[in-house]
Amino acid sequence: MASPLPDFDPKQSFALFSKHGHSGWLGLKYVDNGRDWVELELPWREDLLGEENRHVLASGPIISLLDMASGLSIWTAKKTFAPIATLDLRVDYQRPARDHSAVIGRVRCYRTTKSAAFVRGYAHDGDADDPVATMAGVFMTISRDPRHGQ
Amino acid sequence: MANDETSRSFVTAYAKAMGISMHEIEDGIPVLTVDFSSIVEGRPGAFHGGATSGLLETAGYAALYSRLAKDGRELQLKPINITVQFLSAGKAKPSFAKARINRLGRRNANVTVEAWQDDRSRPIATAVMNILMAETSSSKE
Repeated sequence: MASPLPDFDPKQSFALFSKHGHSGWLGLKYVDNGRDWVELELPWREDLLGEENRHVLASGPIISLLDMASGLSIWTAKKTFAPIATLDLRVDYQRPARDHSAVIGRVRCYRTTKSAAFVRGYAHDGDADDPVATMAGVFMTISRDPRHGQ
Repeated sequence: MANDETSRSFVTAYAKAMGISMHEIEDGIPVLTVDFSSIVEGRPGAFHGGATSGLLETAGYAALYSRLAKDGRELQLKPINITVQFLSAGKAKPSFAKARINRLGRRNANVTVEAWQDDRSRPIATAVMNILMAETSSSKE
């Protein structure tokens, strides 16, 4: 009998994901996770500003932050690293992030079915009760955990 | 030149850093492009959904800024929301995006954006954006 695979570990996995690619470029950092949620941080950076004359992070990187936290929350909830694809992602911007503020993105995967995963989350810059943005998304599961083999 | 005016306001530090640039102006609307590189990579060899969203969003603002500049309106754009539909994986080649302004009001606008790679009739992602248009301090009486 094959020994069971260890559960997906968002902290360990994200350390690998964030070494390169878009997440690495944005400098996303793992903050915390629970059974079905993951929290990441988007550090404030001069070259990610979205407006002239204001030291406010652009909205684009906030979508990336929430998209990445979504994927991690799904793998964490499902406990397996099955490839997924974003189908639909909606972000509502409540207010700009504060000057020179890092943004925290927290996403919970509240439901998974055989082929879909549903997520909800928010982004804030220090006070979780005063979010910068809220989001909802639907992802499709593409195939099984590649660690299981074909 | 209207062109310089447009590119100055829409290429934010973020868009510039991600490698987004103007490809051409088509029917008065900017077509933006971004090359594939590790900066926009998600799964190996594919665009990250967040990078694709960033391109769509920047193209939405670009269309609106260029229209407002043509109309002589100087307004600051603020995002209200964006809904992105991911239709197929963005592969390791350049992506393009162009927006259509569905509604242009006094205080807000509704814009749809499409992103594609080789085949324009098969977009890789689409987005709908609601954008708030606020008066800039210089445009106030």
